[in-house]
Amino acid sequence: MSSTDFLLVENLSHRYGERLALDRLSFTVATGEIFGLLGPNGSGKTTLFRILSTLLPLQDGTVTLDDVSLRYDLAGIRERLGVVFQSPSLDGKLTVRENLVHHGHLYGLHGAALRERIDVLTDKFKIRDRLKDTVETLSGGLQRRVEVAKGLLHRPALLILDEPTTGLDPAARIDLWTYLQEVNREEKITILVTTHLMDEAERCNRLMVLDRGLRVCLDSPQALKASISGAVITVQTGDTEALKSLLSSKLQLDSKVVAGNLRIEAPGGQPDNGPRLVAQIVAAAAGQVESITLSQPTLEDVFIHLTGRKFETASEVAA
Amino acid sequence: MSTLPNPTSPSPVPSNFFNTVTLPTWTLTQREVVRFLRQKNRVVGALATPIVFWFVIGSGMGSSFKPEGAPEGFTYLEYFFPGTLLLIMLFTAIFSTISIIEDRREGFLQGVLTSPISRSAIVLGKLFGGAILALIQAVIFLALAPIVDLPIPWLALPGLIALLFVIGFGLTALGYIVAWPLDSTSGFHAIMNLFLIPLWLLSGALFPPTGAMTWVKWIILFNPLHYGLAAIRYILISPAAQEPSDPPFWFSIAVLLIFAAALLALCTWLTKKVRAAA
Repeated sequence: MSSTDFLLVENLSHRYGERLALDRLSFTVATGEIFGLLGPNGSGKTTLFRILSTLLPLQDGTVTLDDVSLRYDLAGIRERLGVVFQSPSLDGKLTVRENLVHHGHLYGLHGAALRERIDVLTDKFKIRDRLKDTVETLSGGLQRRVEVAKGLLHRPALLILDEPTTGLDPAARIDLWTYLQEVNREEKITILVTTHLMDEAERCNRLMVLDRGLRVCLDSPQALKASISGAVITVQTGDTEALKSLLSSKLQLDSKVVAGNLRIEAPGGQPDNGPRLVAQIVAAAAGQVESITLSQPTLEDVFIHLTGRKFETASEVAA
Repeated sequence: MSTLPNPTSPSPVPSNFFNTVTLPTWTLTQREVVRFLRQKNRVVGALATPIVFWFVIGSGMGSSFKPEGAPEGFTYLEYFFPGTLLLIMLFTAIFSTISIIEDRREGFLQGVLTSPISRSAIVLGKLFGGAILALIQAVIFLALAPIVDLPIPWLALPGLIALLFVIGFGLTALGYIVAWPLDSTSGFHAIMNLFLIPLWLLSGALFPPTGAMTWVKWIILFNPLHYGLAAIRYILISPAAQEPSDPPFWFSIAVLLIFAAALLALCTWLTKKVRAAA
């Protein structure tokens, strides 16, 4: 088996009535990588997640995991999959250990093998001293760790997580990502994770950006950022249209209006292209510029570059 | 560091009957019972309501009640005892299936649905759980029988418990069918109150069907609870004091078994359909 097509998705489409949520989507995930799925709400990433997790029926297209077809062998896919949902899936009335034991039983683990596995994972996730506590008494961050440990109990081939850090404070988010990267490295578990947070997306090996059910791009975060060659300049002004035409006529600059600001991609090549351009803009449009910022491109800039829309506003439009 | 798994052989666990049906059914049943018992208000609610019912209605209607052919000294509290037993089971079994709606809302169910277990194990776990809970409550109430001079039928006790289990199983299945497609517990309460209480009222629990109008008699005839009640009464009160309208014992048992089996099939069918856009 080639390692490049561990998870193979081809021409996947999904409709809710008339609305097309996924439009002939194709991509592959390689063994051992952390694959990120980035998109605003309504981009189709949750639909894709639900199809992969077997909660939604496969309508059109093919999905194969480790040579097992999602269409013909649901149970085979389910055995190989560890799933961490965005919403909690633990029973709050039961203790951490009870939750893990029940879940192990659902995957055919029992007895000493299960106990040992629970010990290993609760050590790794530093929740071993909480095994006797009922889940509803744990903090959100701890509950998430139990969720991930639960998903890993049966040593899945692929762990899929749907916005796993939703509702966590920044410290707990960083913690969780550290654990995920550890698991990926030490247990050789392939990870597919959806997110709408740019800083999380940058931690993935490869990243697929989805927008309105279509694949916008698929590459490593570095390569995506490199696709915007230079720096990004954002200008805040009272009259964006006036400034836009002014810059276009005076400096031959192509700019976009994004979320009420004027956005200019400075050409790459020279490292001081950006600063020089800032000076030129300020000189050309004296008095019109309220503030001007120069920044290195982020994944957010990649998204804007490719879709012409800001990430958060895209989600508002789609919602 | 534990043993390093080989990523290309991800399922060390064979998918045989034990792993996909027996073990998950056992574990889901156990969870169902533990979860219920940890919610004290539910235990009390399911048991106290029918007992209050029994004392209030039983004592209040006692003097005006005289079933045909009943032996001397047969009180309404005695007549009403099997009916109350049935009511306790009905409440516990049906309302135990609220946990399906809670599981769906709280997320536990999605973890179960994405696991490789047989869908019938999901159903069986719930139905065994509900049946066991109903049985526990019924046995607690049964211990009160001596208060109204009903002797506990020690010899027939295993048979009675088996009978109560079958009744509980069928009733839980009834609740399952209603609860599975629902997203809110308030909807569940509304539907259940609409046909649960009439179902019980028209089982012969409250009054014998002998004197009822023809259409009421027909409803009673097609009411599975009627057969449950007849069978309980047969064991508990003695065959001699049987209502003239009661079906034969073997017939009641057959109806109950068919009822339970048919509903089990329906539950499994419902669960196998993947719920679109859940």
